[in-house]
Amino acid sequence: MLLLATALVWTSFNAATEARTPSQVLEQPAEPGRSYELTGKVVEGSIERDGEALRFAVRDRVGSASVPVSYSGVVPDPFREGREVIVSGALAEGTFMAERDSLVTKCPSKFTNAEEPA
Amino acid sequence: MEYAIALVVLATVVLVIVVRPLHGSAGEADRTAELRAELEAAKEVKYREIRDAELDFRTGKLSQEDFRRTDRELRTQAIEILRRLDELD
Amino acid sequence: MAAVGSAALFVALVTALYAVGAGVRAGVTRSRHTAASARRAIYCLAALMVLALVILEAAYLRTDLSFALVAQNSSIQTPTFYKVTAMWSSQAGSLMLWVLLLSLFSSAVLYSTRASLREVTPYATAVLGAVAAFFLSLMVLSPEAQPFATLANPPIDGQGLNPLLRHPAMMFHPPMLYTGYVGFTIPFAFAIGALITRRTGAEWIRATRRFALIAWTFLGFGILLGALWSYSELGWGGYWAWDPVENASLMPWLTGTAFLHSIMIQERRGMLKVWNVALIVATFVLALLGTFLVRSGILNSIHAFGESTLGAPFLGFIAFVLIGSVALVLSRRESLRSEAALDSLASREAVFLLNNLVLVSLCVVIFYGTFFPLISSALTGAEASVGPPWFNAFVAPLAIVLVLLAGIGPVIAWRRATPANLRRSFRIPAVAMVVTFGVLATLTPAASSPTSLIVFSFIAFTIVVALQEVWRGVGARRVMADESWPVALSGLISRNRHRYGGYVVHVGIATLMLGVAGSSAFVGQRDARLSPGESISVDGYTVTYREPTAELLADRSGTGAPVTLGAVLDVNRAGRTFTLRPSRNYYPSGDPAAGAIGRFFDGEATSEVDLRWGLARDLWTAVQPDLQALRPSIDEADRRFVDASAPIQAAILREIVESYRSEPPPATFRVIVSPLAAWIWLGGAIVMAGALLALWPAAGARRRLSSVEAARLGRELSRA
Repeated sequence: MLLLATALVWTSFNAATEARTPSQVLEQPAEPGRSYELTGKVVEGSIERDGEALRFAVRDRVGSASVPVSYSGVVPDPFREGREVIVSGALAEGTFMAERDSLVTKCPSKFTNAEEPA
Repeated sequence: MEYAIALVVLATVVLVIVVRPLHGSAGEADRTAELRAELEAAKEVKYREIRDAELDFRTGKLSQEDFRRTDRELRTQAIEILRRLDELD
Repeated sequence: MAAVGSAALFVALVTALYAVGAGVRAGVTRSRHTAASARRAIYCLAALMVLALVILEAAYLRTDLSFALVAQNSSIQTPTFYKVTAMWSSQAGSLMLWVLLLSLFSSAVLYSTRASLREVTPYATAVLGAVAAFFLSLMVLSPEAQPFATLANPPIDGQGLNPLLRHPAMMFHPPMLYTGYVGFTIPFAFAIGALITRRTGAEWIRATRRFALIAWTFLGFGILLGALWSYSELGWGGYWAWDPVENASLMPWLTGTAFLHSIMIQERRGMLKVWNVALIVATFVLALLGTFLVRSGILNSIHAFGESTLGAPFLGFIAFVLIGSVALVLSRRESLRSEAALDSLASREAVFLLNNLVLVSLCVVIFYGTFFPLISSALTGAEASVGPPWFNAFVAPLAIVLVLLAGIGPVIAWRRATPANLRRSFRIPAVAMVVTFGVLATLTPAASSPTSLIVFSFIAFTIVVALQEVWRGVGARRVMADESWPVALSGLISRNRHRYGGYVVHVGIATLMLGVAGSSAFVGQRDARLSPGESISVDGYTVTYREPTAELLADRSGTGAPVTLGAVLDVNRAGRTFTLRPSRNYYPSGDPAAGAIGRFFDGEATSEVDLRWGLARDLWTAVQPDLQALRPSIDEADRRFVDASAPIQAAILREIVESYRSEPPPATFRVIVSPLAAWIWLGGAIVMAGALLALWPAAGARRRLSSVEAARLGRELSRA
């Protein structure tokens, strides 16, 4: 059991992706090569399609700091402006380049946490 | 108003139902019956084990020797339970 | 009417508290009358909850919008089925369902044990009353969770049921899960009672095991339904995402499984008493945790702790249960002493212990991974989470070992397995295992995944063990009772329901793992943007986008979606062709700021997957139409027809939807080929069948060992 516990703790910290809000992404320096989970709300009016890619902006839950995101891949059913999302990737020259299919949208219904990891 | 009426009505109904058994004199739980039920259950389990052991032997999970040993042990334990049951009477 | 409902809940709370007091008093004074009174309080509780349910459901059925819950979760156009089931889609409603189920279960259990377990039952009644009281207090005291809150100004129409929930499986899934969670409260209550009265003997075991098995079955069924819904309805094409909510339902099921096994050891050898109590306490706590996780936002973001005000009370209650149970166990450790010790590592006891260890390890892994965001946040200040790859890395090996254990456990001897016993029992299955390995490795593409090869071999092993058991059992019975084959078989199974039910469950689990292994290791997935006429190929299938579909009020699954956009796909594999029609339903937005036409496209949207099932493999398709191309028309329509009458708006909407069909923009498709996926559901069904077999009450005379057998044994023993 001890072996298991050690393995758990060791691998989890290595394999985990850190969650950051837009303001944290903007302020804190990103370690090169690391990807983060950007969490926040989709800014109203920011969703637009750019060919294959989907562009939108994510802001802090409270506050206005926001980060533009470029995403490609499957868009989950509940995705729309004002909703809380998590998307993995890294900041590159001002735009958060998202990993493919990493967009998760939280369903606003309190009952079901119907997340759809794409 | 509706709330208050419903409250009173429902509470009264519940009270009546719940208080009824309390009118008898407080009876002591029959300890003997308790023990007998426990022993009966244990007897059931032991009988089942004896039968399972025989099934295990016939399906090849127990060797002849193991079966004889286990069977003897289980039967001894069952006799003990039966004896304690008899004592209760 | 809402006032009557509220009153019922309040009276229910008081009744539950009375049950606690009366139960404890009955236990202390050993008064049967007080115990009867406590029992009746639980019956009254059930009646009151049924009353509350009827009032609330009636409100839903007539769409009484003065009820806040109805206004938030239903609407005039909601189909009747969903009106009824919408009751538990809200926080308050689901709490009410919990207490209703708890009170009904408790009543049934207390009724059936009213003449037995006389020392334990009063305390069990008190525990059940306390749990009910906790949930009721949430509904009575917390402003957020009141089922009968009313609105002073009822709206004209309700908000309707979230479209994602408009699926039959989604409606049965919560009640099934809750029945499972509630179900585990019963053995927990009896365990506490047994601890207090120091009576953890055969009677307690028999009763507790039955309740635990019932709860386990329901919980398992709920989990399977959830996975099936995820696979066949959600737009990502998988059945398990290691989502906190999914994990929350799996964890108590795992410890429940461990309990069902280790209780057998306690019954036979009087060992593992403390462990068993610990398991049932853990299962109950995990069930509470499961209920709590769905309710609060605690695991989505640390900042959301207490997003729902129910978070703190739940945690408090869980802590109370844990600390209380531990204290109780410590104070009773004398009566929990083991009566025997482990004789040999090659014995059924050892295998069961290993089984328990694996199951608990699985639970620990899942627990750690699920709560990692909180752990990492507490330790490093940054919230991080682990994803499916991490979970799979740990869970896969543990699950594989479990499959093997499911094959070894049933046939290895109790106490000490001799080499002869091992040879006799395992020769054939071992051969089957090796042969399977060889055949699959050389003749099929399975060789590309060594892990799958191992799993498949273990599966063969386990299934052959079960078959061998039936074969030998029937053989033995024929020798003993001289019966024909079919009679012997049915006799064998009906006399040993528990054992053979268990074997069936093992076969079911092995089959389920077959599906999991196949669909994980050999899955083929492709996403592509296609215009009509274009095609992609995946694992031998050629999928061609023939033409788009665009319809109004033509939702196939009957959820009442106004707009449905989709595609017709022609699929070809090795000469065989068939058609699939995935689509996307669009539900109107309730936002008053949305445009007159635009609101039809700005609300929720759900993916209607089209899936072709097959024993060898499933083909799963989903489409995501590109609405951007329609945006200019929609925006212009919003501007020009904002004041138009409804029929004109409808006509414009039809025009726009038609334009999707006549000038379709490229759409994004996802195609997944999952080999052997159907076996997951088949395996699950087998597990359920096995559980039902084990649970099936033996008719009257057979309930006790047949009187003939008992008499025979009695005679033999008295002569000894």
